[in-house]
Amino acid sequence: MSASTLADWVGGFLLLAGATLGLVAGIGLVRFPNVLDRIHTATKPQVLGVLLLLAGLALRLRTPSDLGMLVLVAIFQLSTAPVAAQMIGRAAYRSGRVDRTLLDADELAGR
Amino acid sequence: MTDGPPPGGGVPGEPSGVPPAAPAADAPAPAVGRVGRWRDQALALGWLVAAWMLLWGDVSWGNLAAGLLVGTAVLLFFPLPPVTFGGRFRPRALLVFLATFVAELVSASLHVAAVALHFGYRPRGAIIAVPLRVRTDLNLALTAEVISLVPGTLILDIDRARGVLYVHVLDVRGPGDLTASRERVLAVERRIVRAIGSPDEVRRLDLEPTERRNP
Repeated sequence: MSASTLADWVGGFLLLAGATLGLVAGIGLVRFPNVLDRIHTATKPQVLGVLLLLAGLALRLRTPSDLGMLVLVAIFQLSTAPVAAQMIGRAAYRSGRVDRTLLDADELAGR
Repeated sequence: MTDGPPPGGGVPGEPSGVPPAAPAADAPAPAVGRVGRWRDQALALGWLVAAWMLLWGDVSWGNLAAGLLVGTAVLLFFPLPPVTFGGRFRPRALLVFLATFVAELVSASLHVAAVALHFGYRPRGAIIAVPLRVRTDLNLALTAEVISLVPGTLILDIDRARGVLYVHVLDVRGPGDLTASRERVLAVERRIVRAIGSPDEVRRLDLEPTERRNP
């Protein structure tokens, strides 16, 4: 098996794995009871899913200019997903859209 | 000296934070004077130009000129409060941080995926306050970014003046999980400070008791 065939196979596997994680993130988004729980799925499996997709794409494309773009997407994904999550979480909390009965502790209350 | 940052060689998330090598590391950390400001601006410009070139996909003089123009305009018209970097750059600790981060991102994804696919199970959550030991803006921002991507925790709010992060914890099964999450956040802070903090900040990690919990 040549190196490019191997890269194609590994890339294909990574694409599938990333897509699966994206699907699971979507399931979690629908199924979780609370805004705050839902954001967890939008940050962790979703981010890793995108990273795996990017890695799979990199292995399939293998051109330097595309690689630069993919690296850029990965960096921005990693740096913006938590910021967006925090913004949504804070807005939801401050406007009282968080179901307190699902919280075991709330040390932000009254601040 | 600071005109060409290595592409893709920094911490994801804080483009202007990590110079390739820390100049004048023995200067006191808070006293970042005009030279420091210029250095930070030059670094930010370097990152913007690098991002511009990656976006266009090739390195040419035309792209360099356009990148410098756009980068300067961005820095002029959208000024940000200066993020001072008074620390020291330690490659080995940074490698430890990055490796742990990747491992934790994978386990976090698997954890959330398992909870999501556990049908009929309603996860309970909690919001905890975690006071950090190093209160610089850079450390607060980096720690907040990273804990949203590691297992169980998600940044919800930041008390910048007191250096407290308010963190949401997913899938709480008992008081033990809250303690574990607190320790995980502090461990993230420790790894970040060890990678890019100043010697004084690293010392503070060990001096201040982790038991300085919520009041």
